[in-house]
Amino acid sequence: MQAFTVHKGLVAPLDRANVDTDMIIPKQFLKSIKRTGFGVNLFDELRYQDEGYPGQDCSKRPLNPGFVLNQPRYQGVSILLGRQNFGCGSSREHAPWALDDFGFRCVIAPSFADIFYNNCFKNAILPIKLSEEQVDQLFKEVDASEGYQLTIDLEREVVFKPSGEELPFSIDAFRRHCLLNGLDEIGLTLQDADQIRDFEQRYKAGNPWLFASE
Amino acid sequence: MAGQASKGKTLYDKLWDAHLVRQRDDGSALIYIDRHLLHEVTSPQAFEGLKIAGRKPWRLDANLATPDHNVPTTSNERQHGIEGIEDPVSKIQVKTLDENCNYFSITQFNMQDQRQGIVHVVGPEQGATLPGMTVVCGDSHTSTHGAFGALAHGIGTSEVEHVLATQCLVAKKMKNMLVRVDGALGVGVTPKDVILAIIGRIGTAGGTGFAIEFGGDVIRNMTMEGRMTLCNMAIEAGARAGMVAVDQNTIDYVHGRPFAPQGDQWEEAVKVWETLHSDDNAEFDQVVVLNGENIKPQVSWGTSPEMVLPVDANVPSPEDAPDETRKEGYARALEYMGLTAGQKVTDIPVDRVFIGSCTNSRIEDLREAAAVVKGRRVAGSVKEALVVPGSGLVKAQAEAEGLDQIFVAAGLQWREPGCSMCLAMNADKLGQGEHCASTSNRNFEGRQGFGGRTHLVSPAMAAAAAIAGHFVDVRTFDVQESVA
Ligand code: SF4
Repeated sequence: MQAFTVHKGLVAPLDRANVDTDMIIPKQFLKSIKRTGFGVNLFDELRYQDEGYPGQDCSKRPLNPGFVLNQPRYQGVSILLGRQNFGCGSSREHAPWALDDFGFRCVIAPSFADIFYNNCFKNAILPIKLSEEQVDQLFKEVDASEGYQLTIDLEREVVFKPSGEELPFSIDAFRRHCLLNGLDEIGLTLQDADQIRDFEQRYKAGNPWLFASE
Repeated sequence: MAGQASKGKTLYDKLWDAHLVRQRDDGSALIYIDRHLLHEVTSPQAFEGLKIAGRKPWRLDANLATPDHNVPTTSNERQHGIEGIEDPVSKIQVKTLDENCNYFSITQFNMQDQRQGIVHVVGPEQGATLPGMTVVCGDSHTSTHGAFGALAHGIGTSEVEHVLATQCLVAKKMKNMLVRVDGALGVGVTPKDVILAIIGRIGTAGGTGFAIEFGGDVIRNMTMEGRMTLCNMAIEAGARAGMVAVDQNTIDYVHGRPFAPQGDQWEEAVKVWETLHSDDNAEFDQVVVLNGENIKPQVSWGTSPEMVLPVDANVPSPEDAPDETRKEGYARALEYMGLTAGQKVTDIPVDRVFIGSCTNSRIEDLREAAAVVKGRRVAGSVKEALVVPGSGLVKAQAEAEGLDQIFVAAGLQWREPGCSMCLAMNADKLGQGEHCASTSNRNFEGRQGFGGRTHLVSPAMAAAAAIAGHFVDVRTFDVQESVA
């Protein structure tokens, strides 16, 4: 997994509460055999005027010009600003897969749904909780100045505004450690690789029939 | 009690301890995995994850793959291999498994291989499931393999990737439950009836958080295939893992199978396997006891496996629900199933019949069904009756015994191996409102097709329903002497 240390990026505002995972990636795209390639269908129903189906060439589809991610000023965005209960609904891991594939590294909101919040960490996306007031203020600032960027320092657990103002946040120590070092659960288990190998040797000695003879 | 000996271990305790790589402070543990079975639906993202991270499988020889969920079961569609699969989405999934297995050098029984079949039929058949193993697969019915005195359970896609990469699983130890079935079963009562009766007793959440060991005389006298049927549905009782202690039956079944140990290693293995039972002084957190004599052939009436009745009963009313919260569930199930309270189970008409799935598609299941339909005809009101063997080898064995001829002569269709109508991911589906006598394991809304109505039964009961056109107590049938 990609490590997350300091990230500076363009911010896009998604001004609605209770954004659910079905909205993030509609169910017809779950038939895919991949965990990449969901980016073109991120927010499919909000983003396009027609109904999407898997495997389609999305470059020819009519865009909904009103949708924030379609606006020229938000091209190249990597930080999503949201409202409360972001990521509610089905547990699909396809939601963070789609955000990641689109290019998002961070979602800032006053609150997140549990499973989505967890799934983000497994996929190198940093979900940051700030207060209602702070988020509200960010919405205003993003709207007011084109090219608005934030810098996120996970090590120090601070969001830096362009003005230099600092917004502290907190992430539990274990998750922070994993993200900072780019460790997914597999990476973590592999830190015990020697112990697994030792076990395997001892185990093989007692149960040789469980191992193909080389 | 005074002078107590130290507490004995359950079978589950022994299996857990033997595979414990590391106990972590937060209560979770790293458990070593001996056998990882793969199929086309839950593996693609796991393989992709490996590729993206530049990782390799930790141990190739622990993995075995076969496509099952999406494969077509008609010989026409089957004969052109993957390219012949009509549904493009299914085709891609099967093809992807093929490509991934080639890429990573994982052994696969592909669609054209006679050893292909439902992953939970194939593992034991090949001796790829052995006593004492930990067995996982991205499929909840992995509990099946517990029949061999193995610790076996389903995992999610992220865990499939985790096992591929590390040969371990992060797990928490479960509690111990013993389900004992004493006495003996009556004629016409099968392992499927036993497990349905158990689920009817403890409910679909009864086993949540537990590993269930099945014991008692009924289980001791049960064949290995019967034990697999039993353990298969442990998950339907809420338990991720079900298991049966190793005995001579187990050892005889495993002997001589392609992946089983041979020669000196066989002797060595048997010595270890003989210790795989709960100690006499082991303590279970919960014990449930049933009497085999009291179990009748079962039929599920509702949309959860716990909504099950003896065949001679009447459909319940919401008032009969065991508690307040389940009343609403009963009412909704009655409506979905198109049944009226008080209706006799034997008055429920049957539109389609499905004999197959990882619960009941092994040779003994097919023999059981064939014995019932032999010399009879499927009722004219039944639109379709499918027999789908669990693997290519089961199919070949059945054909060698002439079972296919018996089925076809009786008006049932004889198909190619796969999951088929168990979950309707291929073309085999129920129509809206149709009642199906099914030997599968889940009767959830829409499981066998949109609006379809599934009734879970044994192969013998499904066969009898096919002949009668409605549910009927197979014990009233004059079953021909064993066909085998
Ligand atoms: S037969 Fe049914 S329950 Fe068994 S693995 Fe296939 S789909 Fe799952």
